[in-house]
Amino acid sequence: MALSARDRLIKSKKNNSYGELRGKILVTLCALIMITATISVTVFLTTKGLQSFLVNSVSPIEFLTSTNWNPLGDNPGYGAFPFIFGSLAVTFLSALIAAPIGIGGAIFMSEIAPSWGKKVLQPVIELLVGIPSVVYGFIGLTVLVPFIREYSSGTGFSILAGTIVLSIMILPTITTIATDAMGSLPNSLREGSLALGATRWQTIKKVLIPAALPSLLTAVVLGMARAFGEALAVQMVIGNVRALPSSLLDPSATLTTIITLNMGHTTYGSIENNTLWSMGLILLIISFVFILIVRYLSSRRKI
Amino acid sequence: MNSKIADRIATGIFTSLALIIVAVLVALFSFILIRGVPQISWEFLTTPSSTVREGGGIRDQLFNSFYILFITMLITVPLGVCGGIYMAEYAKPGKITNFIRSCIEMLASLPSIVVGMFGLLVFVNTTGWGYTIIGGALALTIFNIPVMVRVSEDAIRTVPPEQKEAGLALGITHWHTIKTVLIPSAFPGILTGAILASGRVFGEAAALLFTAGLSTPRLDYLDLNPFSETSPLNIFRPAETLAVHIWSVNTNGIMPDIREIANGSSAVLVLSVLVFNLLARWLGSIVHKKVTASK
Repeated sequence: MALSARDRLIKSKKNNSYGELRGKILVTLCALIMITATISVTVFLTTKGLQSFLVNSVSPIEFLTSTNWNPLGDNPGYGAFPFIFGSLAVTFLSALIAAPIGIGGAIFMSEIAPSWGKKVLQPVIELLVGIPSVVYGFIGLTVLVPFIREYSSGTGFSILAGTIVLSIMILPTITTIATDAMGSLPNSLREGSLALGATRWQTIKKVLIPAALPSLLTAVVLGMARAFGEALAVQMVIGNVRALPSSLLDPSATLTTIITLNMGHTTYGSIENNTLWSMGLILLIISFVFILIVRYLSSRRKI
Repeated sequence: MNSKIADRIATGIFTSLALIIVAVLVALFSFILIRGVPQISWEFLTTPSSTVREGGGIRDQLFNSFYILFITMLITVPLGVCGGIYMAEYAKPGKITNFIRSCIEMLASLPSIVVGMFGLLVFVNTTGWGYTIIGGALALTIFNIPVMVRVSEDAIRTVPPEQKEAGLALGITHWHTIKTVLIPSAFPGILTGAILASGRVFGEAAALLFTAGLSTPRLDYLDLNPFSETSPLNIFRPAETLAVHIWSVNTNGIMPDIREIANGSSAVLVLSVLVFNLLARWLGSIVHKKVTASK
């Protein structure tokens, strides 16, 4: 009954083709889980977020444009405009502060001091990323808010405090991506420009920044996406009032801070609770928009 | 001459911008550590927190943070590594792969509060579990999985193709090559990425507010039966983590020593993240030396 070598190989228990199939099924399953997670996040939050409009017949136009947020009054109003405005305001203002510093730091690392600048700044940025957002909020609360209170008439809780906290938080995001963008530029660009007699600043301004512009903008947009979605750090310093702010030193509220504050103590299924889910839906939609902008920018990348 | 002066000025501006970044970090760290480290004592780390009286510690919060992190990584690492293998080895260029990439990108850019709301909707309300550790861990999984997938995919892609080809040339199957050649070579990269991701999970609070809750039941650390109500290992109990504790103490706390507790907790949190970072570098390089021939 001696089997030939060929038969032994075919009948061998060590035949790995089952393992191959099993492995393929396993990893495909994991990929499917990721798809399922994404789709279920979208579907669940969309259906829940639309309930306030469909079931409680809150007018979407009122929700998006009215400044009257008074869900518990006799004549309840569900205008979320002040919060949408607050979110957009802190996002843009913090990007306005963080973008020049972050991109400047990136240029310093890649152009001015490539050898030691990177060795110093890289770990610094990694550490900044590592600080949890509540800690940023807590420092804002104990340092920034009293400081602003000292030099202004208000309580110190203000858009300004939220903006500063957020700009520090998104600084590492912007710097990291901008550094990668500058680093990926081919050296021939630098050498060509320098060989024409341009100074380093002229090279940076006229050659390198235009070449890296789509990637630099991506860095800023991703930083803004992070600022837009940040909840707790902002909530601790912004003051959380319903009124539309009239100056930088006024307290305000953002979509995330209102959700954080009210989700816990409103009854699940009530109109107020449902409008909070609608705000969540807005957050979801805006984060989609940020992705689309990033995609558009990366399709325009020249190098 | 004019352009040379402009060049000097620009260099000065860029240098000062870089200095601002360094200064911000130094200021933040020294502030956290100088104010926080004196609060840290054995007693602070081992007494349970108190809601009204002075002198509460962070024992339960610290345990919860590590426990939720552990459960999250238990779910995320296998899922993320398998997802990374799929993306690096099995995904064929085309519409489906693009779609999966978009999914990962979208999960990565979800604001953490939105992840928390999804967790509240699905893992708290729909399942009827209420605030639980497992709900929090699942929410954090959604938050963490894109990072793990990207890290594993990158690590697998950086393995030299010759190693994989050598495996295939010996006649072993693709999956076997992945298991015995690619994963061991990619292991240091995956490990470093996983530890760095742990630091991020450890400090996350917004996704846990509505999923793991703001309270911890009375725990008996000698009770190790994971199905018992008072056991710290029970995954169906609410659990307030350290990061959530800092937030809730500052927003709703009524104890007289709020500042001291928050200072101490922030320092513990930041030091833990720092340890995660150092550990990631150190372990990564040690393992790398072990599994490869490089010096």
